Amino acid sequence: MNALLPALAARARATVHSNPDAECRCTTSDAVLAERSDTAAVVRHGATVAKAHAPGTDPAELSLRLAAATRLGGTLLAPLDATPVTLHGRLVTFWPYGTPVDPDRPEAAPWEAAARLLARLHRAPVPAGLPPMRGPAKAARAIRRMGAAGPHPAAEPVLKAWAALPAWARDEAAPPPPRALCHGDLHLGQLVRHPPDAGSWLLIDVDDLGAGDPAWDLARPAAWYACGLLPPDEWSRFLTAYRQEGGPAVPLDGDPWAALDVPARALTVQTAALAVAKSVTADRPLDEVEQAVVQACVRMSAEVP
Amino acid sequence: MQCPKCHAPMHTYNRNGVQIEQCSGCRGIFLDYGELEALTRLESQWTQPAPPPPPAPQAYPAAPAWGAPHGGHGGHGHYGHQRHKSFGHMLFSS
Repeated sequence: MNALLPALAARARATVHSNPDAECRCTTSDAVLAERSDTAAVVRHGATVAKAHAPGTDPAELSLRLAAATRLGGTLLAPLDATPVTLHGRLVTFWPYGTPVDPDRPEAAPWEAAARLLARLHRAPVPAGLPPMRGPAKAARAIRRMGAAGPHPAAEPVLKAWAALPAWARDEAAPPPPRALCHGDLHLGQLVRHPPDAGSWLLIDVDDLGAGDPAWDLARPAAWYACGLLPPDEWSRFLTAYRQEGGPAVPLDGDPWAALDVPARALTVQTAALAVAKSVTADRPLDEVEQAVVQACVRMSAEVP
Repeated sequence: MQCPKCHAPMHTYNRNGVQIEQCSGCRGIFLDYGELEALTRLESQWTQPAPPPPPAPQAYPAAPAWGAPHGGHGGHGHYGHQRHKSFGHMLFSS
């Protein structure tokens, strides 16, 4: 990993500057945007971002996902090159830099833009051969991570809520049809403005893109709302914009929860499992927000006969 | 003009644009046609506006049975005061 980041930065620089001997006049120095040993590493140089995908990423599947992003350029940020390169054993892709949502001003989150992008993505034809959306796989991974972290009293209600989910939501069976093109890991870090600052919002991160239940992409905001974390008006703005754009995941009006319930339960369980894992690893108690998510699992497991 | 009751002289005053005659002896007041209505109208402008009707119970969007109780019926959300720092982080995490 230590060798990977400088190599990534060098490749990002090389993408920006075609003449390697010319002096770099970029106003921004190399910036590590994300780094975790078990997932992706992302380094920016100037207008280019280099991403090392998670270890074990399937090259054929990644290429199909990159091709989908290239084809859906107005909805997903398109890569600079549709073919990944290999660097220190990792698949690396290059992207134009876009401005993210300001993490210090989540109240200014572009909920409507996010909803419209998802609606457009879900209405697009599913490219032939595209692998399944990886949402359920990530939920299952969070449960494994909680188990590996060690015992915690909150693990029991989380596991009980997990066990009550249908097999497809636990990544143990194929999702029921119809299937749509899904992002697979929507949160506010998955939106950028491109061109930077002035451009329109686009979705980034194709690693979990695939065919699946489109309600999964609405399920994080839905879960946050259900857990009492996301204010009702922000949830309403998101849901209304999605419906106005003709998004197929929920009925056009009426109660959306018949469609949202299973994915929102799964995302709540996933979030709670990661919170428990982190609190065990850091040897600290769950904070108020993490407790709210665990409490939702307690209520879910109480519904189980 | 003389007071029709005590015959003392009456003096003209201007009250918010309305001319009224007041007797210098018995302090009685004489109003011309329409002046009482004009004063009533002025008075009504000075009364405090009625207190706003109590807010209708907040209609929350639909939520599942396992959801947190919302403000309307006894419980409380965590968004009430200031957005929790931990939730701010959660909004941006996989």
